[in-house]
Amino acid sequence: MLFWQILIDGFAISALYALGATGFTLIFGVSGVLNLSHGAIMVGAAVAAWAAASELGVGPYTGALIGILAGFILAFATYFIAVRPIQRSKVIAESEKEIFILTATLLWGIIIQEAIAYLFTNNAKTVLPIVEGVTTVFGVRTPKNEYFTAVICWVAIGLLWFLVNRTRRGKAVMAASMNPRGVTLLGIELSSIYLTVWAIYGLLAGVAGILLGMFLGVSSYSVGPLTASAFSIVVLGGLGSVSGSLIAAYVVGFLETGTAYLISPAYRTIPALLLLVVVMYLRPQGLFGRR
Amino acid sequence: MISLKSILLASCATALVSSAAWAADPIRIGVISEAQAVAGSSIAPAAQLAAEEINAKGGVDGRKIEIVVYDNHSSSAESVRAFQRAVSEDKVNAVIASYISEVVLALEPWAGRLKTLMITPGAASDVITQNIAKNYDQLKYTFHGYLTSTSLAGLVCDAAKDLLPYKMKTAVIMSEDAAWTTPLDAGYEKCLPEIGLKVVDHIRMSPDTTDFTPIFNKIEALKPDVMITGISHVGTQPTVQWKSQQVPIPMFGISSQATNSTFWKDTNGAVEGVFYNAVSGPGVAVTPKTLPFVEAYQKKFGNFPSYAGYTSYDDVYMIADAIHRAGGTDPDKMVDAMEATDYVGTIGRIAFKPKGDANPHALRTGKGYITGLMLQWQSGKQVNVWPKDLAAGTTSWPSFIKLKAASN
Repeated sequence: MLFWQILIDGFAISALYALGATGFTLIFGVSGVLNLSHGAIMVGAAVAAWAAASELGVGPYTGALIGILAGFILAFATYFIAVRPIQRSKVIAESEKEIFILTATLLWGIIIQEAIAYLFTNNAKTVLPIVEGVTTVFGVRTPKNEYFTAVICWVAIGLLWFLVNRTRRGKAVMAASMNPRGVTLLGIELSSIYLTVWAIYGLLAGVAGILLGMFLGVSSYSVGPLTASAFSIVVLGGLGSVSGSLIAAYVVGFLETGTAYLISPAYRTIPALLLLVVVMYLRPQGLFGRR
Repeated sequence: MISLKSILLASCATALVSSAAWAADPIRIGVISEAQAVAGSSIAPAAQLAAEEINAKGGVDGRKIEIVVYDNHSSSAESVRAFQRAVSEDKVNAVIASYISEVVLALEPWAGRLKTLMITPGAASDVITQNIAKNYDQLKYTFHGYLTSTSLAGLVCDAAKDLLPYKMKTAVIMSEDAAWTTPLDAGYEKCLPEIGLKVVDHIRMSPDTTDFTPIFNKIEALKPDVMITGISHVGTQPTVQWKSQQVPIPMFGISSQATNSTFWKDTNGAVEGVFYNAVSGPGVAVTPKTLPFVEAYQKKFGNFPSYAGYTSYDDVYMIADAIHRAGGTDPDKMVDAMEATDYVGTIGRIAFKPKGDANPHALRTGKGYITGLMLQWQSGKQVNVWPKDLAAGTTSWPSFIKLKAASN
């Protein structure tokens, strides 16, 4: 019973982590940007979906669509306000751009967080679930929406895989992550690749945020922990490696769930963080990192 | 520059006008509160409303009341800075501060050092008044304008005795790890057995918890008849997950966020069936002042006040009354006058426990003073179900709750 409980809960939460971290790692892999406003974009999408459904009464599906749209808009806003001006700046030295972008996205994330708290208070919000009710599998009573969450996460990840490996545009994105200069030599505009990646990212972060809002609920306080968890999953898996992030998401998800059930919910995040420290010592590039 | 000049001119003009209208210096009351938290966000508007009402009737002995608002971002450090600024720069005569016990405990010594009257409309920790007992001369400037955690625990037990079905025998205490719940849990541990509920476990969870599944699982495995809650910083997430996982055990106790009218929307209705203690509620005429206040608040701000809004509104009236009786704003005379408070506010008859009590400056509770309410969310409405003479409805249980009494 406890075994199945951990398996089911761990699988669902890990799928959510995987989806959240995939977009984060994709951006880093392709454009070298560590986007520290990640959590704020997820929360922004979830709060938009909540507000649309409960304040405007548009229903769960339209609410979710509005949330995804919000994730999309926030991702592009991040790119155009916090990232691109620095990438193109002639004043900031090339070697310092990375740290400037890091700082800019962090501050941008705080701006979004404070705006959400100001407009919607810092109380947690929950997005109206698309699937209601519970179902009992292996003697474990689980909300149907939890299974739904896991399925949507894997469908989204599957679509991403298809896009990157089977479409021309996706292959160009993949190539840019391996050798940006090579891609430009082939006559592909790098800036248009960036736009594609940020669009994909906005979609992934938006969907992840809304699913999180349905599953556990979010508040403006979730911004920091969400960014931190995506960051540690991506570092653990290896910066820029999408498959590494997926595996790391499952390692972290199950480690957390197991700790919560077997030891105490209060120590939930500690073993995963310890593992991160150990991996940093023994294999600084992460489990599947290339750089 | 032009705009600055015009602002200066405008403020001079205002000063001239107000000096003509008001007899003497204004009385300034600082409000340090959490603008972004649901519970804290009503504190400043409610104080403002009270000040406007008092000013409309000529102020306090011809003096106007001015409210100076500081947002503390739920932080103790920011609250201390705001308190220092309020006293030294903005020259406030009294401060209304926060719904968070940690914040009030951080401010308490500053109220003593800067000899400035301070009252909290929403914090609950007993330690606030225990500190006054230990060091009265230094800390007497602090007043506790809301119930102590121990009183709250007692009121929850009183209501449980009357409301819960007789066959309920066991309870699990589920509270968040915070300053205010330490005395609350001790109170629960003491009073629950007295009403025939055996405490089978006691779970203190981190306020950072987001996934409550493991906690509910653990509680369910113990098969208690009821969960007795003590939550304030968390609220939405445990409530929603309780509903979505259909945990078959009722939630009964203190859930501060559930006192707010927006909680139904925040939880998409998952709060249906939750019982929560409060000192006031929509439609409950605790005193003749309660409903007119709620109506005025709603008219002015478009929403209903949180629990700390009611008390904050009363606090301004009490401070005004104390200043009137003290004949001015001398801090020590104000403290003496506050101690003699006997005022019927929106939450009941307010009087403070005297020097020498174990909790000096805490509210008197019980018959004739503040008795508290127990409300339940029913079909999107907060319905008062206890005590009987103020009840607007009877208890009802969500379909997924399996009551022992019903199955036996």
